[in-house]
Amino acid sequence: MKTRKHAEPLERAAVPWLLTCALATAAPHASHLPVWLSCLVSGVIASRFWLWNVNKPLPSRWLLTLLVIAATAGIALQYRTILGRDAGVALLVLFMALKPMEMRWRRDAIVVVMLGFFLLLTHYLYSQSIPTGLWLMTAATLQTATLVRIYGGSQPPAIIMRKAATMLAQAAPLMLVLFVLFPRVSGPLWGLPQDAHSSRSGLPDSIEPGSISDLVLNGSLAFRVRFEETPPSNSNLYWRGPVMDEFDGRTWRPARLEREPVPKIDALGKSTRYELTLEPQNQRWLLALDAPAALPPDAHLSPRMQALSRHPIRARSRFTMQSVLDYRAGIEESASILKLARQLPAEGNARARALAKSWQEKHHNPAAIAAEALQLFREENFIYTLQPPLLQENSIDQFLYETRRGFCEHYASAFVFLMRAAGVPARIVAGYQGGEINPVDGYLTVRQSDAHAWAEIWVAGRGWQRVDPTAAIAPARVESGIADALPAGESLPVMARVDLGWLRQMRFRWEAINNSWNQWVLGYNPERQREMLSRIGLGEIDWRGMTALLSVICGVLLAAITMWTLWSRSRLDPAQRAWFRCCARLKKLGMPRHPWEGPLAYAERIAKSHAGYGEIALQAASAYANVRYGKGNPLDIRIIAAATKRLPNNWRFT
Amino acid sequence: MRLLANASRWLFRLQREEQSPIILNQRRIFILPTGAGLLFGAVLIVMLIGAINYTLSLGHALVFLLASLGLIAMVHTFRNLLGLTIQAGRSAPVFAGELARFPLYLSNHRDESRCKLEFQFDKLDSSSINLPERASASVHVTCPARHRGRLKPGRIILHSRYPLGLFRAWSYLQPDLSCVVYPTPIARPLPPPTAIAEPGSSRGNTGQEDFSGLRLHNPSDSPRHIAWKAVARSVDAYPLLVKHFAGGAHQELWLDWGLTASEADDETRLSILAGWIISAESAQLRYGLTLPSQTIPPDSGTAHRERCLETLALYGHENPETR
Repeated sequence: MKTRKHAEPLERAAVPWLLTCALATAAPHASHLPVWLSCLVSGVIASRFWLWNVNKPLPSRWLLTLLVIAATAGIALQYRTILGRDAGVALLVLFMALKPMEMRWRRDAIVVVMLGFFLLLTHYLYSQSIPTGLWLMTAATLQTATLVRIYGGSQPPAIIMRKAATMLAQAAPLMLVLFVLFPRVSGPLWGLPQDAHSSRSGLPDSIEPGSISDLVLNGSLAFRVRFEETPPSNSNLYWRGPVMDEFDGRTWRPARLEREPVPKIDALGKSTRYELTLEPQNQRWLLALDAPAALPPDAHLSPRMQALSRHPIRARSRFTMQSVLDYRAGIEESASILKLARQLPAEGNARARALAKSWQEKHHNPAAIAAEALQLFREENFIYTLQPPLLQENSIDQFLYETRRGFCEHYASAFVFLMRAAGVPARIVAGYQGGEINPVDGYLTVRQSDAHAWAEIWVAGRGWQRVDPTAAIAPARVESGIADALPAGESLPVMARVDLGWLRQMRFRWEAINNSWNQWVLGYNPERQREMLSRIGLGEIDWRGMTALLSVICGVLLAAITMWTLWSRSRLDPAQRAWFRCCARLKKLGMPRHPWEGPLAYAERIAKSHAGYGEIALQAASAYANVRYGKGNPLDIRIIAAATKRLPNNWRFT
Repeated sequence: MRLLANASRWLFRLQREEQSPIILNQRRIFILPTGAGLLFGAVLIVMLIGAINYTLSLGHALVFLLASLGLIAMVHTFRNLLGLTIQAGRSAPVFAGELARFPLYLSNHRDESRCKLEFQFDKLDSSSINLPERASASVHVTCPARHRGRLKPGRIILHSRYPLGLFRAWSYLQPDLSCVVYPTPIARPLPPPTAIAEPGSSRGNTGQEDFSGLRLHNPSDSPRHIAWKAVARSVDAYPLLVKHFAGGAHQELWLDWGLTASEADDETRLSILAGWIISAESAQLRYGLTLPSQTIPPDSGTAHRERCLETLALYGHENPETR
């Protein structure tokens, strides 16, 4: 048995199919593989094609072994491991390119196709967007067609592709059932390799001049929000991220805290409920609307009022949360947090300190001191720009007195510095501000370009209060978004620009499609599955119920397919059916037709042996002969049927 | 062992010999995954684990699509055989040591083509055929004819892995097949003619000596006697003309079992006789055959030759006249 399998050679004409498969499954990986490997892979596939074309023998085994060892060493050097996710994918792509080089038997070809199926899956580690899905669908069809080519012999490519596409189309309903009903398991089954989630762009965890303005150039999605009621106005949409309260003269970062109590948040208005779909960012921040009131079960509030999840967000995740827009928080703030909020470096920025001291002497009310600072920004010709000049030492002084051009982090950091120097507890909050409502599906889209930094000051008796210095210089930033606030001529990613109406409309539509894709296909997790099933009316159903339902539906579908298979077995035309019925009746009467006998000969034989039925048989036979071999018309079929009826049904002729 | 044989006879519905035509119904088609199918299943399981581990929703979709594709492929493989009509034909006699070819006439009544139907006898080479929609075709299943006699090749396995090779559907066919296997001829000089026909007999007027005219070609005529020159003169001279000879000594040759007495082995003796028949026929002699059990009077021509060879083939095995 084994030797026979070995002996099944691969048809020469199947080789281009396999090479196309290898190319189609390996090519999309080029975007994240090292260039040398992409070149090697395409070179190997191209030379295999050349070898096929000129009908040369394949290279010897030791040469291939040498190549594998060298390339594996290269991958190990590149990724510093061969076990991680990226290195593993690189190895798979390498094998996919090299396997065709020793493809002699059909077995080798099967290995190539199976490897291709596996390679398809690895694309999803990098992208699960609609275009990726479509491309991979095409690749899967191609691979199926390749199997059809290997096992079906030579046929025109169009027919092979059609066969593959038909089979996949037939598989689609079954797939849908499996997708909806297969019990989903959340989370990894075991620890993932270190590089499973390479760091992704998002809010920085420390702020220095330039850290947010860099991010603003990034038009990618940060999260999407669906409000249960009407969305709040744009100027209220402060999505709270990390809070920075430690300053070293240049960089702001969150100070390490001992165990601190969580400040009390008193709602002054009614709370807003919303569902937030967060893109992976490899951080625990949930970016709740300021200030969070109710959090999902797996999350908690930090002492600085930031919503944190228990684990870093490494996949697109949904959270249902509540926030209060009008609130008092931290009236009884702990001493250590307030101490942190007054901390300043021992020296530096002397002019700013002096200015703050003068304000402190003038006013005793923190709110009045803050107003002084905002007035300074508003009146002293400060400019809001994405391209501020570089700041050196004494960055606050330099910004306040020399450059006077900056982005939100410059203003927030100068403001907080001034407040602290004037004895007012203050800190920087990073996060996102605003967002864009998609009129197509009503989701609010928040992008990296909506990243923002603002300040909070603590006032005795009133707690933490939000002050946004950017709003003093560029009110449009807070009211209508970044694109309106920047001076003309400063470039923003296309996604954040507001001009070009039709483009915007198309973009909204595309994003809405993308969002449903994310929500219903990619985000189909255990919770969504439960929600979906209860929507169809299945209510509370556990995995056992789901498995049972799944088996029943799959069984019914398979039974239906099988029935179809068995039924469409013999498709006779109506004339044939009527004539066979007539013959069956005559056979019952003791006059079976010989298989070689033509209708007229049969009828004549009956006429000779059984005179009583000769005339009926002759009528039916001549009608059948007429419709079959002559210029028949549909009426003849009725003549056959009528003749059959005239034959006795159940009794043997004697 | 016997139990196993009984079980497999029951399971695979093995019968003695089937009436033609054989129509494959669902009760006689069997299907199991192939090695490639098992590999496919294993790959799918690994992929599913990967998709769960990395929470790849599209990965789930891909795995489910491929799994459904596997099931659909199973149905297609099954369908590829279902409803096929097979009729066994007559096989031409061969010499021992040659390949016996058994023709099967297939017809497909469906509006879909059937691909890569492979026919083979147990553990022998297979022949495959693609059958277009609503078409008939014939396929020759081969079996080496090792010994003279009547070759009963046993059951035919019809199997197919089309379209994806993940499943193999098969069916056992047992049509009434047999092939006469002539003894392997051994070339020896012909024995001298033992009888000369009396002159004036009606048979005596064909010979090899004197050209007497042209006549229409018969399939039994030797190609050496075709009047190629006459044919070449008018290219569309059809049917072919044959040179007709008259006169000459008419010899009758008796190929006698006794003439081979120098050989101890019966099979070798039969082989020598077979070689003589072939040489005598190609020399266009009239010859008769004498075996211990029967005698065939002298004659010539293809039918005579085959009758003689068949008698040799079945010598000692069965009596050809009873058939």
